[in-house]
Amino acid sequence: MSKKTTVKAGSKSAAKKSVKTSAKTAVKASKKASAKADNFGGLSEDLLLRIHDLMVKSRVLEERLIKIYKAGEAYFWIGGPGEEAFGVPLGLLARKGQGPAYDWFHLHYRCTPTMVALGMNMVDSIRLIMNRATDPSTGGRNFANHYCFPQWNVAPVTSPIEVQYPLACGTAHVQKRFGKKALSIVTGGDAGTAEGDFASALILASRKGQELPVLITVQNNKFGISTPFEGQHGETHIADRAKAFNIRARVINGNDPVETYLAMQEEMEYIRKTGKPSFIEAHVSRLYGHSSADGANKKAHLLDPVFTFENRLIDAGILTEKAAKKIWEIYEAEGVAAQEQARTEPVPTPESVWEHVYVDSENADWRKF
Amino acid sequence: MASVAQAIRMALHYGETNLGVKDIFGQDVGAPLGGVFTATQGLKTAWNSPLDERGIIGMAMGIAMGGDKCVAEIQFADYIFNTIDLLKIAGNTLWCTNGQVQLPMVVMTPVGAGIFGSVYHSHSFDAWASRLPGWKIVMPSNPLDAYGLMLAAIKDPNPVLYLKSKALMRHKGDELIPGEPSDEKELKAMIDKPVQNAEGWKPRWPDLEEYIVPIGKGKITHAGEHITVVTYSRMVHLCDEVAHKLAGEGISVEVIDLRSIYPYDWQMIKSSIEKTGRVLFVNEDTEVTNFGEHLAYRATQELFYQLMARPRVLAGKNLPGIGLHPNLEKNSVPQLHDIETAIREVVAEVP
Ligand SMILES: Cc1ncc(C[n+]2csc(CCOP(=O)(O)OP(=O)(O)O)c2C)c(N)n1
Repeated sequence: MSKKTTVKAGSKSAAKKSVKTSAKTAVKASKKASAKADNFGGLSEDLLLRIHDLMVKSRVLEERLIKIYKAGEAYFWIGGPGEEAFGVPLGLLARKGQGPAYDWFHLHYRCTPTMVALGMNMVDSIRLIMNRATDPSTGGRNFANHYCFPQWNVAPVTSPIEVQYPLACGTAHVQKRFGKKALSIVTGGDAGTAEGDFASALILASRKGQELPVLITVQNNKFGISTPFEGQHGETHIADRAKAFNIRARVINGNDPVETYLAMQEEMEYIRKTGKPSFIEAHVSRLYGHSSADGANKKAHLLDPVFTFENRLIDAGILTEKAAKKIWEIYEAEGVAAQEQARTEPVPTPESVWEHVYVDSENADWRKF
Repeated sequence: MASVAQAIRMALHYGETNLGVKDIFGQDVGAPLGGVFTATQGLKTAWNSPLDERGIIGMAMGIAMGGDKCVAEIQFADYIFNTIDLLKIAGNTLWCTNGQVQLPMVVMTPVGAGIFGSVYHSHSFDAWASRLPGWKIVMPSNPLDAYGLMLAAIKDPNPVLYLKSKALMRHKGDELIPGEPSDEKELKAMIDKPVQNAEGWKPRWPDLEEYIVPIGKGKITHAGEHITVVTYSRMVHLCDEVAHKLAGEGISVEVIDLRSIYPYDWQMIKSSIEKTGRVLFVNEDTEVTNFGEHLAYRATQELFYQLMARPRVLAGKNLPGIGLHPNLEKNSVPQLHDIETAIREVVAEVP
C-alpha cells in the first residue's frame, strides 16, 4: 500500500470532499492532523496502513470462509473475525522463520489474522476449509483454521482446547537452550483457561531459576460457546492468575491494534531480554459467534475492530474512504479467485488414509506386517 | 549382570552421550533421587518436572516439535491416564499435518502388577497403548532388551512408548550389555549411587556400545512344537517357567517374547502357529478389549484352517483395580498355575 494513493488531509468529511493535492502536501497535512487528533502511539503511517491492510485481508478471508461454508462447500467453519486487531500485530511483531532461532506459534483456531500477517495466502486457508489435497496445513484432513506452517514455526492447531499451552513451554525450553533469544507464543480462549493445561503452562513457565521465554496470551471474548464469562470465572482478570506465579501480566484492549502492538512489542522485548515469561489478556469481539455450530452470523452489537480502526485512520487523514474501499475490493476479488482455484484442485484419495501414520509410511496397516 | 533399571540407565546415558538426547525428565527423575526405581540416577540431562503428567507430556511434545530429543517419564503408568488425549495428539500429529511435523520423543513408564502395589500401582497400559495410532510401543522383559529397545526408541523418528514392568525393575538377565563389566559388583560400584555419603557422587560409566533391538521384532525364548504362547514383559518369565516344567512331561511349548506391542512381529507369531497349530496369548492387562484379543482375532482370520484348537487369551480379570492383599492380586492377574492350566487345556483340545 503506497502512501500516495491513500493519504488525504483532515477529517472523514474533509477527506470525502478533498480534491487531489500533491502527495507531498497531503502527507504533511495528514501528519499534522493525526498528530493533533490521534498520534497512534507513535506508530508510523506505513505501519498503521500495513496493519489496516492485513486486518482487512484477514476479515475478507474469514468472511469468504463463512460464505464457502454456507454455500455447502465446506463441512465446518470456525475462525477469528473480531480478533484482527490482536492477531495482526502478533504476526507482524514475531521473528518469523524456521527453527529454534525464530519464534514459535502455538495458535488456536481463531488465528487467521496472525497467519495473514505472517504472509499466508488466502488460497491456502481456502484449500484447508475445502479439504483439498493441496491444503498445505493438513492435506484436507482437518477443520478450518487448523493451520500448520513449519516453515514459520507455526505448530499444528489442535481441536482439544488449551493443549497448546504446555507445548509452548517445550519449544520455549528448546529456544532458551539454543540461546538466540527467540520466544514461544501461545494463544487461546478465555473459557479454555479452566483446563489444567493452562495451569500447567503457568507452572512450567515460571519455576524459579528455570523461567521460560514464552508469551502466554488469552483472547478473552467473554464466551465459551454459550457459557458467558461470569458462568465460569470468579477471578476479575484472567491475567491475575499469571501474577500469582510471578509472571508479568497485563490486560489490554485487543480490539485496538495500536494498543495491542505497543503492549505486545514491550512484552516481547521483555521476554527476549530476561528469558522470562509474560502474560497478556486481550479483550476481543467474537464477531461471528462461536462457529458454524451456532450459525456464524455477524453480531451487530459488538465492536468491530476492523471498521473502528479504519474509521480512525480515515478521521486522522491517514486513509481515504475511497482507498479503503479499494482495499476491500482487491481482497474480495482475491478471495473469489482463490475459491475458484481451490474448487478445481484435487481432493485426498481414499488410499491416502494410510499415509503419514508413521514416518515414511511404514507399519501403518497391520494387515501388511 | 545389570538389572533392568541399570540397563535403562545405561541406555539413557548412551542416548545422551551419543544419540542427541538433551532432556530426560519427569517427576523425581533428576537428582537427588534419579527416579523412584533409580533408572535415571546420575544422568547429566535428567531433571525434575512439576508433579503434572499433562505438563510432562505437553512439554515433551514441545521439545520434540522444537527439534530436540527427549525422554520423558510418567512415574507410574497408573497416572498416565489423564494424559490420554495428549498421547493421542502426539500420535496423530504426523498424520494431521500430512507428514509435516514429526514428534520423535520417548515416553517411558513403569507398568503392571507383581509388586503388591495395590489399586494405583498395578495398572497395565498395553491395551490402551495399542489404541494410540502413531505411537510405537515396546515392552522389554530383560535387561539386554531393555537396553536395546531404549536405543531403538531414542533413534526412532516416531513417538515411542516404553512400558517397563515394575516387577522386573530389579530383574537381572543372563546376557551382558555390550560394554558392561561382567562383575555385577563392579558395575554397581560404578553406576549405583551410594545409599550413604552420596554427596558429590558421580557415576563412572562403562564403555557402552550401541546395541539395537529393532522395534517390531519378537524373540523365541523357549522353542517348542505343541503350542505357541505369545507374551511379553513380566509374563515372559512365567511362561518360560511353565514351558520348562511342561517340557519334562513331554509337552513342548514355544514361547514368543513379543517385545513390541506395535508394530508387532506377526511373521514370528504366524510361522510359530503354523508349526504348532495351537496358540495362547498371555498378558496381564484386563481381559475385555485386550491386545491379546486382537492377536487372537488375527490368528483366527488368517490361520483358521491351520489351527488344531481355539486360540485363547489369558489376561488380567476385568476388574476396576488390583487389590493389595496377595490373595486379591494373585487372583487378578495370570499366575504360573493359570498359565499352566490354560496351556494344558489348549494342548488337550482335539479338533
Ligand atoms: C478439550 C475440549 N473440550 C471441549 C471442546 C469443545 N469446544 C470447542 S470450542 C469450545 C469453547 C472454547 O471457548 P474459549 O476457550 O473461550 O475460546 P473461544 O472459542 O471463545 O475463542 C469448546 C468447549 C474442545 N474443542 N476441546
